[in-house]
Amino acid sequence: MIELARVSKRYQGRAVLDGVSLRIGEGEFVALVGQSGAGKTTLLKAINRLAEIDEGSVTIADIEGSPAELRRRIGYVFQGIGLFPHMTVAENIALVPKLGGGEARVGELLDLVALPRDLAGRYPAQLSGGQQQRVGVARALAAEPKIVLMDEPFGALDPVTRAELGQAYRALHTRMGLTTVMVTHDLAEALLLADRVVVLAGGRIAADLPPKDLFHFEGDPAIAAMIATVRAQAGRLEELAR
Amino acid sequence: MIWGVSIAELARLMQAHLLLSACAVLAACALGLPAAVWAAHHRRASAPLMGAISLAQTIPGLALLALFYPLLLLLARTTGWAIPALGFLPACLALTVYALLPIVRNGVAAIRGIDPALREAADGLGMTAAQRLRLVELPLGAPVILAGIRTATVWTVGTATLATTIGQPSLGDLIFSGLQTEDWQRVLAGCVAAAVLALVADALLALVESGLARRSRLRWGAGLALLVAAAALAFAGPGVSTGQRTIVVGAKNFSEQYILARLIEDRLHRAGYRTERRDNLGSAIAYRALAAGDIDVYVDYSGTLWANVLQRKDNPPAPAMLSVLRSELAKRDGVTLAGSLGFENAYAFAMKRSRAESLHINSLADLAAKAPQLKLASDLEFLSRPEWQAVDRAYGLRFADKRSYSPTFMYRALEDGSADVISAFSSDGRISAQDLVTLTDPRHALPSYDAVLLLAPKGDAKLAGALKPLLGGIGIDAMRQANWMVDRDKDKRTPAQAAKWLDGKLKYTAE
Ligand SMILES: Nc1ncnc2c1ncn2[C@@H]1O[C@H](COP(=O)(O)OP(=O)(O)OP(=O)(O)O)[C@@H](O)[C@H]1O
Ligand SMILES: [Mg+2]
Repeated sequence: MIELARVSKRYQGRAVLDGVSLRIGEGEFVALVGQSGAGKTTLLKAINRLAEIDEGSVTIADIEGSPAELRRRIGYVFQGIGLFPHMTVAENIALVPKLGGGEARVGELLDLVALPRDLAGRYPAQLSGGQQQRVGVARALAAEPKIVLMDEPFGALDPVTRAELGQAYRALHTRMGLTTVMVTHDLAEALLLADRVVVLAGGRIAADLPPKDLFHFEGDPAIAAMIATVRAQAGRLEELAR
Repeated sequence: MIWGVSIAELARLMQAHLLLSACAVLAACALGLPAAVWAAHHRRASAPLMGAISLAQTIPGLALLALFYPLLLLLARTTGWAIPALGFLPACLALTVYALLPIVRNGVAAIRGIDPALREAADGLGMTAAQRLRLVELPLGAPVILAGIRTATVWTVGTATLATTIGQPSLGDLIFSGLQTEDWQRVLAGCVAAAVLALVADALLALVESGLARRSRLRWGAGLALLVAAAALAFAGPGVSTGQRTIVVGAKNFSEQYILARLIEDRLHRAGYRTERRDNLGSAIAYRALAAGDIDVYVDYSGTLWANVLQRKDNPPAPAMLSVLRSELAKRDGVTLAGSLGFENAYAFAMKRSRAESLHINSLADLAAKAPQLKLASDLEFLSRPEWQAVDRAYGLRFADKRSYSPTFMYRALEDGSADVISAFSSDGRISAQDLVTLTDPRHALPSYDAVLLLAPKGDAKLAGALKPLLGGIGIDAMRQANWMVDRDKDKRTPAQAAKWLDGKLKYTAE
């Protein structure tokens, strides 16, 4: 579905992506984790050609045409949300289908991200940060894309909503047969939702494993430390539960 | 009547002013907004364009208007097209150039000022460049863009008053002619009317702007509707010419010229012509406008034509000068010198009678001896004219101080003692009214300045016939009196009233 071959991207001579090769099959749910500045956002932008790569190639199956057409058919949730302040919630959500001449079922999309339908007429500035983030997710899904790229989609949500929404999205992903790449800072979230977790460090792929294997990962000390934290938390929680 | 200005005249000038301003702002938007969009996305390539637009802004408004005249004249000559170099076109072009800066600068700032994250979001969602512009950049930039249009509109309505100097009627007609004839009510009427127009346009645009900012369709819709209505009023008005030929009468910027232009108009109306006036033409522009056919008739002075148009430095007697002018102007430009009106408006040095007597000054030779203790006040162009050089050469005048004034203030300067000698005009009513003496010119340094009627090339015989009674019909006393009616402070008459009075004094009617 998505294939990156030896992709490199430099900003001012500094390699942000350094020979990344990655294959994501149809229907896969891939979580992308890594420290701040590791190149996660850049990798997502390389996939939908928002960032021009310097070397290597990015191939996406079944989608042809101009970059604009390609992007219209790939859902994208921005790290900075990026809702248009001069459009209502409904207008923001319906935007991408409208670009292609279609319409969106705004009400259903609001249900999907657990927002009350009467928010449809509000402007983004009248919403909380978490509500804005959910509108961003609804907007990405509005044109019924086959591929969804999400850059920290649930960062501003409380843990309860976050877990609920994560589960709801995972269910949708499976039901619709989507292909999803989700960037997250929360390794636990990645382990719980994804089929595969890709760890990015210094512009290279440091690990690419199913959650179960990653959980028991021993090797690169930085990754091991990351896993150890999650394991310690899980153990402590289990103790509390007993 | 409002402050001595008839409602009809005010309405006519307002409409012309509004039409001119609206066209200029619309043209500036049509050019400036696409330019701004392009410049916002091509930062480096657009630097020269932005520089040029800023540079145009530093040219004083009056100069910019005047520059378009020779430019269009040149264009008309090289292309052979009939481009009017005077009036609406150059005025509108100059104002358009002037209005560009705020529109382009704000447009660029509006688009560049949009949060880069939003621009990226627009791209990321799959908008094309055109969709991004229409759906994101323009709506988000609208308030700043509109603020630029507002600034441009207020500037344009204000600057449009200067259009009168290149023969385009505007509210400036009231201001300039009022200033010349010291009719302060007229000046005030012109200023207030221009200010009201500017304020109303600004308020309506402010309504649109706040409507956009508050996303209230009612607000910006109402503002826009009123603006469109105002523009439609200007476009639909009677100023747009119908098929019938209209004779354009030119006038330079002083009372005598205003009076004579109206006198010519009256005569032409009686002969069944429709007329239009181009008041306040610069001295150099008037003749070229006539030669180019932008105006059909005006009054000039033989000495001025001799030195400025024929570029002659010699100084023959009046009859010889007239006959050379008649043949040369016809040969060179096809201009008809129909004849002299019967009076002279020569440059003359004038002093208060008491001052001249106490210093024993009768002639320019006497003046030269006393000049180092005296102060000269001249009109705005005299010191740069060949006539002044000729007098200076012949007599060697070394004044203690030389200053230029507009004619009205020049006489004031003599009155209040800030000047001892002025460069007066011999037909000026103020000479006898202020009890001045004019100094004789024993060395014949100053050329004669017979008032002559000039007709544009391709003028018809009927037109010349209608104006025939004016030739030789106006004596110096009648002209002085008519000028004084307009220039005096008490019991002031309008140039139109003075023209009517002068018409009754034409010599042929007495015969
Ligand atoms: N437009 C740009 N110009 C220059 N440098 C950039 C640009 N975009 C990103 N970078 C740099 O590239 C590196 C990777 O950025 P990227 O946004 O991919 O990181 P990230 O993994 O998403 O980090 P975070 O978790 O903080 O979002 C960073 O060092 C960043 O400073
Ligand atoms: Mg990022």
